[in-house]
Amino acid sequence: MSIDKKEQKKEQIMLASLHLFALKGFYNTTIPDIALSLKMSVGNMYNYFKSKDLLAKEIIKFVSSYFGQKIRDINEQEISTKEKTRKIVEVYFQTALIKPEMIDYFLRIYLSTREVFKDGCEGMICVNEFVTEIMIYFEEGVKCGDLRDQDFFNAFGLFMGYLGGMVFLKGENILPKELDEYIDDVSFNIYKALSV
Amino acid sequence: MKRKVRILWLGLMTCNGNAHSFLNYPYLEQFFSDFEFIYHPIIDSDYTLEDIISKEIFCDILLLEGAIGDDFIKADIPAVEIIKKYSNIATKIVTVGTCATFGGIFRESNYQNISGLHFKANERIYKFNDFFEKTISISGCPIHPETLVNTLYAIKKGIELNLDIYLRPKEYFAYTVHNGCTRNEYFEYKVDNHHFGELEGCMFYDHGCQGPFTHGSCNKILWNEINSKTRTGLPCLGCTEPSFPKQDLFNTKKNMGIPEYLPIGVPKRVYLTLAGITKAFTIDRLQKKLFND
Repeated sequence: MSIDKKEQKKEQIMLASLHLFALKGFYNTTIPDIALSLKMSVGNMYNYFKSKDLLAKEIIKFVSSYFGQKIRDINEQEISTKEKTRKIVEVYFQTALIKPEMIDYFLRIYLSTREVFKDGCEGMICVNEFVTEIMIYFEEGVKCGDLRDQDFFNAFGLFMGYLGGMVFLKGENILPKELDEYIDDVSFNIYKALSV
Repeated sequence: MKRKVRILWLGLMTCNGNAHSFLNYPYLEQFFSDFEFIYHPIIDSDYTLEDIISKEIFCDILLLEGAIGDDFIKADIPAVEIIKKYSNIATKIVTVGTCATFGGIFRESNYQNISGLHFKANERIYKFNDFFEKTISISGCPIHPETLVNTLYAIKKGIELNLDIYLRPKEYFAYTVHNGCTRNEYFEYKVDNHHFGELEGCMFYDHGCQGPFTHGSCNKILWNEINSKTRTGLPCLGCTEPSFPKQDLFNTKKNMGIPEYLPIGVPKRVYLTLAGITKAFTIDRLQKKLFND
């Protein structure tokens, strides 16, 4: 099997896993469950991922890479920091609507089951692509005079904590409106909080 | 007996720091058996400054120390005229120090049009263009005496030096000050944790060290054959660069935690990716004192 084909198959497994994790929870989903959903043999599954923990780590890298690429596309546009802020919020909320299992995985599995990720995903290693792009968004915002210079984590927590909180509330069916209806106000609040 | 190479050391707008640094060359006796100064601002010589100004004394090499300004007068005549006269006579010109090369700290003064001989910071100027081909730049505040003397010997021996875009010999300026720094291990694992004058920690992250983007051989050819700024616990101030002096030299300029100036040639995304990985680990050994822990 070519490397490309193997990577495609791995991606298929990760997407199926994301779906099952969101449906049944991380601990209630077994490798045989994932194999069954893809009509694969359990033995063949292990050709791609040696354990569920390894699969879990690959999935968070996959999710990070997905968001990293989306934000990189925004960072590379010749637009103001205010417009970038809105686009990032939009990407996040749109993903929560279209691919809720991705955000769900990040919030409910990556952040909540740290024991799975402690070896091999230390610090922000497994979410590096995503964090790097957020850092570039902040750094360029400060450099061009739009954003206030401050501790990175201060700003990061404000931005991502807010978005994560909104998606969580949506997931709990508490939000009265659809997520995309909050894009303007949330973007406004974040930019106002971060700008000089 | 072969004649000695004749050098005119001409001080312009200068603190004479390079002239003093030159005196730290450890083998001056050998040097003076091969070279002689027809004039030097702080060493006895055969001619006086008055002779230099009023006559045309032959010299092989013209050393210029200090910045150049249109309205700068030396010994009652515009310095520009003296430079032109001796630049025509000499076979080679060496700009000694950052002021003579890029204008240096005197660019910050109230004089008009302060520059080095061919550069105003990183901008090329053409006032002395006729002499561009015969010029070599030795930047530094001050110059490293061995860099200057070795360059003079290369001229004496007729060696064609490979120069960078600012006319600096690549032999000494193709490297960065980071090259050979004893704190590289701390740099690799992003450990600043430094206190001035102490042996531990990399000073790039918080303490303003410009070693990773400053060209020079400070950690390759040690000062006084013993030490360098970074080895002794002081950040590199970037003194060989056209941008010298920057402001706030003991503090790393950062935007939301990311250093504004990154190691030469390292793209921001690459830097941040590597930083993210190394920051995830704590290397206990690098958190401790090297001695007396």
